[in-house]
Amino acid sequence: MSIAACLHGENELNIFPSSPEHTRNRFAHRSQRLHLDLPLLLGLLLLSIIGLLVLYSASGQDLQLVVRQAVRLGMAFGVMLVVAQITPHLFFYWTPWLYALGILLLLAVLVAGEMSGGAQRWLQLGVVRFQPSEMLKIIVPMMIAYFFVDKELPPKVIHVIGAMLLALVPAILVAWEPDLGTALLILCAGGFVIFFAGIGWRFLLSLGVLATACAPLLWFLMHDYQRQRVLTFFNPEQDPLGAGYHIIQSKIAIGSGGLFGKGWLNGTQSQLDFLPERSTDFVFAVVSEEFGLLGIIALFAVYLFVIFRGLYLTLNTQELFGRLLGGGLVMTFFVYVFVNIGMVSGLLPVVGVPLPLLSYGGSSLVTLLAAFGILMSMNTHRRLLSD
Amino acid sequence: MIRVENTPDSLQPTPAIRRWLVLFVLTVFVAALVWRVGDLQLRHKTFLQMEGQARYLRVVKSPAHRGMILDRNGEPLAVSTPVESVWINPQVLAKTLMPKTPTDESTKIDEQAVAEHIAKWKTFGKLFGWEKADLERVATEYPNKQFLYVKRHVDPSVSAQVEALDIEGVHLAREYRRYYPIGEVAAHVVGFTNVDDQGQEGIELVFDDWLHGIDGEKRVIQDRLGRFVEDVESIRPPRRGRDLMLSIDQRIQYLAYRALLAGVKHNSARSGSVVVLNVDSGEILAMVNQPSYNPNNWSDRVSNRFRNRAVTDLFEPGSTIKPFTVAAALMSGQFRPDTLLDTSPGLLRIGRHVIKDIHDYGIIDVSTVIKKSSNVGASQLALSTAKDAMWELFFNVGFGEITTSGFPGEVPGLLPHFSEWSEIHQVTLSFGYGLSVTPLQLAKAYAVIASGGLHRNIRIQSTEELLLEEKRVLPADVALQIRQMLESVTDSDGTGKRARVNGYRVAGKTGTIRKSVAGGYSHNRYISAFSGFAPVSDPRLVVVVTIDEPSAGKYYGGEVAAPIFSEIMSGSLRLLGVPPDEHSIRARRIVLAGDRIAFREDPLPLELFSPFLASESVPQ
Repeated sequence: MSIAACLHGENELNIFPSSPEHTRNRFAHRSQRLHLDLPLLLGLLLLSIIGLLVLYSASGQDLQLVVRQAVRLGMAFGVMLVVAQITPHLFFYWTPWLYALGILLLLAVLVAGEMSGGAQRWLQLGVVRFQPSEMLKIIVPMMIAYFFVDKELPPKVIHVIGAMLLALVPAILVAWEPDLGTALLILCAGGFVIFFAGIGWRFLLSLGVLATACAPLLWFLMHDYQRQRVLTFFNPEQDPLGAGYHIIQSKIAIGSGGLFGKGWLNGTQSQLDFLPERSTDFVFAVVSEEFGLLGIIALFAVYLFVIFRGLYLTLNTQELFGRLLGGGLVMTFFVYVFVNIGMVSGLLPVVGVPLPLLSYGGSSLVTLLAAFGILMSMNTHRRLLSD
Repeated sequence: MIRVENTPDSLQPTPAIRRWLVLFVLTVFVAALVWRVGDLQLRHKTFLQMEGQARYLRVVKSPAHRGMILDRNGEPLAVSTPVESVWINPQVLAKTLMPKTPTDESTKIDEQAVAEHIAKWKTFGKLFGWEKADLERVATEYPNKQFLYVKRHVDPSVSAQVEALDIEGVHLAREYRRYYPIGEVAAHVVGFTNVDDQGQEGIELVFDDWLHGIDGEKRVIQDRLGRFVEDVESIRPPRRGRDLMLSIDQRIQYLAYRALLAGVKHNSARSGSVVVLNVDSGEILAMVNQPSYNPNNWSDRVSNRFRNRAVTDLFEPGSTIKPFTVAAALMSGQFRPDTLLDTSPGLLRIGRHVIKDIHDYGIIDVSTVIKKSSNVGASQLALSTAKDAMWELFFNVGFGEITTSGFPGEVPGLLPHFSEWSEIHQVTLSFGYGLSVTPLQLAKAYAVIASGGLHRNIRIQSTEELLLEEKRVLPADVALQIRQMLESVTDSDGTGKRARVNGYRVAGKTGTIRKSVAGGYSHNRYISAFSGFAPVSDPRLVVVVTIDEPSAGKYYGGEVAAPIFSEIMSGSLRLLGVPPDEHSIRARRIVLAGDRIAFREDPLPLELFSPFLASESVPQ
């Protein structure tokens, strides 16, 4: 299915019928019954498979690691499947409670969280160890969508400010941990919902000006290591062995790939251990080095397919809550991709944002796929609702 | 409550223009990323690939094999064998022992693997006597270093164990270790190299440029921790060093070593030296010193044992100089071998000084001055010889000047210029005090007599062609006369009778030198020396033996050094297959009817016997 087709809803293929009159594909039927969106699922699975292949190379042919990641992916897809079964109005009713719980958990992290790598992000609940901040990436857009559902649209300024506060409070709590990357992602997720709710251009513009004006203020609020990252971003060569090391190595890795890449398992920067964090945040550099520009364009195509399919599903969602939320979730996914690749290629400062479905690690995986689960639920339950 | 829209497009919360804006922004952002990546991958590709290569390509040296040192017969005196050296990457060790707290899940530490790794490190440490504390010390002291030798040149069994352990951060490097097959026998001549294969002493030092090869260079791929991944290309193959053939004859060297060691021990001497020269070529056939050291045993490398005393240690030559005093006197034309001198009463007064002989020899001829080693006789000869002529001869035979052996640390000795000589000075010089020489210089000077008056350069390298630079410094007849006088020293009533060798005629001179101490000369510390050559009919070898401070009772050169000389000369002549010439002396005695004066006056003997001698000296 072409991207344009996804976007415009010109559903020429039969794999996702928009009406019961269409001949039902067996797989489509099954996916429909499971409340899954087959194209989106295929796109996500394709990304996961690419991720596992790249991880095998990036980890230095560590099959054990790949299996571990595959298990995590399986679990995350399981979560997505479960979430997709939940009817949208349940999400709607749960939203305020989830939001309250999220805030409480964030406070709990600040009080009783586990220190790890200089930040207090983890909460130990019995045997489960998790980052509440991850949950907020979904809960905040849910809460803002919930907030706008019974408001007049386009919203009044006072409502926009209220919605912004809903995003700002958890974002500040997360930034306190400190975890600036996640805090910004939470703000983004909230912001996108506000944007989709229809915010005045003038308001948007003045917000932009305000943000620019506040940038120096942000500088003073930053931790030293965060400032260092920004400085390094502007001139990585000033400290090639220290803060600039990551970005220099990743630029070398990307550039070394050329048009066609060096081939799977043949990337020198990554295989010889020069590229730091090569299986996690900097996995994109491995892809670039081994598969070249053509491989990158193909990867972008898959990501864009997932994003456009997600936006298409959002547009096809019947409830306002789902439409607002869906836009926020899909755009957050895009922000993930953009920020990660921008950071790895030296376009943005280094922020600890993983490349969705390609980076090794499980904490963001569950949230990401749970978000797509919500999206699928919103879309596939509509007929049940309207019946 | 949920609002349910029937017509999705008409009641969209988001206006169409806004949707298009999102699409537009998405496109712009993705385009920016593609442009950025494409810029790096297309425009900066070459530069960035070079930068990458600068990180993983390394030029490493492959050590070259150092040339062998061989004796004149091709027997190895120094050889290089490949060995392994063990080095570690302290960074890896530090990471293993003191892992950082993981920053996220992906770097979670596999506890079991780490425990195994640490256990391996401990096993590794035990191989080199390192406790866990030592490992931790290394890890804390050099957390940022990437290279640290643990041990150079390990035994093959150890390197095999290290290889079997296969620990991350532990590496083996191929190097060459120098091995000296005959150990301390030739230690002073051959010298040794340091752990980096650079010559430090002896021939290893002098001919370092010749021996050491040119290290090869190759380009390899290394990972971030400097671990070798694979060869890329060879820039330059290692060029093996050249072999060096010395003039040393290992068999004679061994013989001399054994005889000297036994002699030094037997006489409880402090030290000793032996030099064996080939008269015809000036080649050093053997050069040994005691005490010696085993160059293979590094703990034995104590600097005071390194001294190649045969070229670095000076001594006053004492009576061994007398042949040259006599030669100068003969060259002055005032004396003949049979010229009579009155040495009674065995004393000679020069100003405040008294020169003494051991016995009162009474009236003796010039020959007997040598045979009996009369100081008074030598003094009388010196007093009648021009200072400059005496100095010139001494200088021409090589005293006061460094030889061409090229050994490190060789000293020229001391021969004061005749312009500084007082009368007493000239007198003491005549019997070997007031100048200092090395054993090698003495051997060289005796080679002049042995060769019939020709000065030849000393050499330590074996030379195929005898491109000799010869210089006549002594008239042939004088050389012959001195040779005959020196032979008489080994007569049964001469001072050096213990230097005799069965089957061969031997010429030589004893020396019993009082060591100079603060404020004069010692009465109980001596250097015993014997310098001589054989066979007299056609001298082939010069042997000089010096024994420093014999303290087991005997100290006369004829008692201490002469037997050692005899042993070395006897063995060497037989090893070289030199035909015995004892019969020639008998023949001569028959011809000359034992009339010694007539014998010495006759200028013909050498010519008379030369065809005979020539046929004799054909090597077997």
